[in-house]
Amino acid sequence: MNESNNIIELKSVRKEFDDETIAVDNFNLEVKKGEFVTFLGPSGCGKTTTLRMIAGFELPTSGEILLNGEDISKLPPNKRPVNTVFQKYALFPHLNVYENIAFGLRLKRLETTVTDKKGNTKVKKIKLNKYEIDKKVKKALEMVDLEGFEKRSVSTLSGGQQQRIAIARALVNEPEILLLDEPLGALDLKMRKEMQIELKNMHKRLGITFIYVTHDQEEALTMSDKIVVINDGEIQQIGTPTEIYNEPVNTFVADFIGESNIFNGTVVGKLKVKFCGATFDCLDDFELNDMVDVVVRPEDIKICAPNQGQLKGKVISTVFKGVHYEITVEVGKFEIVIQSTSSAEVGAVIGMRVEPDGIHLMRKVYTVNKYDGVITKTNTVQFGDGEFECDVTKLYPSSHLDEEGYLITAQGEKIDLTGVEVDVEIDTHDIEMSDDKTAGGVVGNIISMIYKGDHYRYIVRTEENEEDYVLSCPDLWNTDDRVSLIIPKEKIKLKFKATEEDK
Amino acid sequence: MKKLRLRFSRSQLCLPYAVFLILFVIVPLIVILYYAFTNGQGHFTFDNFKSFFTNANTIGTLLYSLYLAAVTTIICLLIAYPTAYLLARSGFKKQYVLLMLFIAPMWINFTLRITALKEVLSVLEGNLSDFPFLNSVIGLTYDFLPFMILPLYTSFLKLDKSLLEAASDLGANKFFVFLQVTLPLSVPGIVSGVTMVLLPSMTNCVVLEMLYNKTYIPGSLIDSYFKAFDWNRGSMISIVLLIIIFIVTLVTNRFSDKDGERRTIL
Repeated sequence: MNESNNIIELKSVRKEFDDETIAVDNFNLEVKKGEFVTFLGPSGCGKTTTLRMIAGFELPTSGEILLNGEDISKLPPNKRPVNTVFQKYALFPHLNVYENIAFGLRLKRLETTVTDKKGNTKVKKIKLNKYEIDKKVKKALEMVDLEGFEKRSVSTLSGGQQQRIAIARALVNEPEILLLDEPLGALDLKMRKEMQIELKNMHKRLGITFIYVTHDQEEALTMSDKIVVINDGEIQQIGTPTEIYNEPVNTFVADFIGESNIFNGTVVGKLKVKFCGATFDCLDDFELNDMVDVVVRPEDIKICAPNQGQLKGKVISTVFKGVHYEITVEVGKFEIVIQSTSSAEVGAVIGMRVEPDGIHLMRKVYTVNKYDGVITKTNTVQFGDGEFECDVTKLYPSSHLDEEGYLITAQGEKIDLTGVEVDVEIDTHDIEMSDDKTAGGVVGNIISMIYKGDHYRYIVRTEENEEDYVLSCPDLWNTDDRVSLIIPKEKIKLKFKATEEDK
Repeated sequence: MKKLRLRFSRSQLCLPYAVFLILFVIVPLIVILYYAFTNGQGHFTFDNFKSFFTNANTIGTLLYSLYLAAVTTIICLLIAYPTAYLLARSGFKKQYVLLMLFIAPMWINFTLRITALKEVLSVLEGNLSDFPFLNSVIGLTYDFLPFMILPLYTSFLKLDKSLLEAASDLGANKFFVFLQVTLPLSVPGIVSGVTMVLLPSMTNCVVLEMLYNKTYIPGSLIDSYFKAFDWNRGSMISIVLLIIIFIVTLVTNRFSDKDGERRTIL
């Protein structure tokens, strides 16, 4: 046995499928004996693949899976002391309830030391006898409250009952770890809530380590000792439900766990952040001028009189949600969602306050600049306080422009794109700075520069609406330099807004 | 202009089939029954049956055909089971092409197939009539193999992969997974494959004839009676065969009924 009380450890586990998609990457996790750990993430994030690697149905491409300190990553499933509860139960349709539960017991061999007549001791592998199997099956059925169901065919059971049998079938083998792959996904809401409580009780009573996979954040928060939030095959955050909810490390976690308002913010002073056009006190310490994501939970926004709040806005909808009201408020061009026990009338102007501990700042990861843009007649696009030449033909495959500047699609249709709203994306290394104020599409001041080893990262802010451009450049400029920005037209990526696409 | 609407009630829709059923199934059955229980003079009698079941030769044809059909079915099963398993389970991207290759002989003219087989066999064996039983088995297997592969292939395709995973998760090694999950769940495929091979190969006398197997089977008996204008005995043997087939179907239906219940949850 190893010294630590980790029952299972995953060390830089990576799984690449044959078609070269990477399902899981750089997965490091330690699970203590008796813990209830939940893998939480959207579908296709790699959580089930990770579970299947622990069960042995998939082999990791690289990395180690240690069970009690021993590498089991190459062992077949039948050699691992773990059992799985499958998403669609996977009960054997040709066997009755009793035989389903006894399946694992009949295959089990106990190692026992036997002393023969000559006094030699031998290690023998013996089967469980009928009586023992019978006793264990009865006990398992009792545990899931299905006594007397032994002779029933599994096809006559309801979804919830089948789920219980599946749990009993796995637990009867007394595994060291029980793996549950979205076990409640197919049940209705009420049944699901009941089973959640029952599973939690079972976990407490048996002391077995549970690893649970779900995409339901509420389920994860209710049941787990530890939540592992996964996205795109990588761990985003590991922590207790409270930590995950109150201290999300990035916007993905904040957005995925519970409701969130997420804003772009800038650090404007020591423990001061500016977003939504107002300055707030906060508890997270960042460098001056750092660009941050600001996460505010809807229940952390307090409603007050219009002139007493840090923010002022108009209520655009109020929905009663049982315990609270969900109020959507328009503040300038932002929409803010508030959860409050008191209601607010639609159309009313209200003030809002956020205490410093309700504001969570997260460092932005820059890869791309995003803007809302509008296409103008001359095949230029306006965004971020500037106007740039762009290639609108990319919006329609194999289209071209006629002499008047109208777009002709592959089908020969003439389209006037003037005034169409688009999403604009520009990579940070596709923007060039120039001293010549007329060379680029927009002029701004360098407000921040950070040396990143081999290049500098600059933030250029325009004067009119304080729009920011983030760019990477190997050359040295000075803060407060006034520059114009050049963006080659083929580097401006345009995409229709979702609503435009629907049309 | 008013649209012309064609509307048929259910009873009108089944009219074509009803006509077919009466003309080609019910009327012939009555005729066969009539001939089977009458003698040449048109008098009612059981003599036809009596003579069949008391004559060692005629009973022999029946047993021989059963034996031949059973051997053919077993060989078909032995070839088809692993083939269908591999076809359905392997990750081949060209799975369907392979399946087509196994099924394709079904689309080639029967006479052509058997004639070709005859040529191949005569090169290998010299005198075909030296191995009548072996040749018949080869011919029938060649003819009916696709009918065994198809139902097995379908039942393997339907097999839920998570059941195999569940079995190995519960401690079964590959052999036990096959024995306790794959095999029992492929029983419906086996049953329908066996039905589709056993019954037709019991009565298919054309293959035997073409491969110079002079041994009579009930099919050839009927043929020879009818050629001698003995409608009564020919009809009697048809009835005997009908009853045997009826019993076999009854037995196999039991299996597939149970299975229908199981499939609903898969």
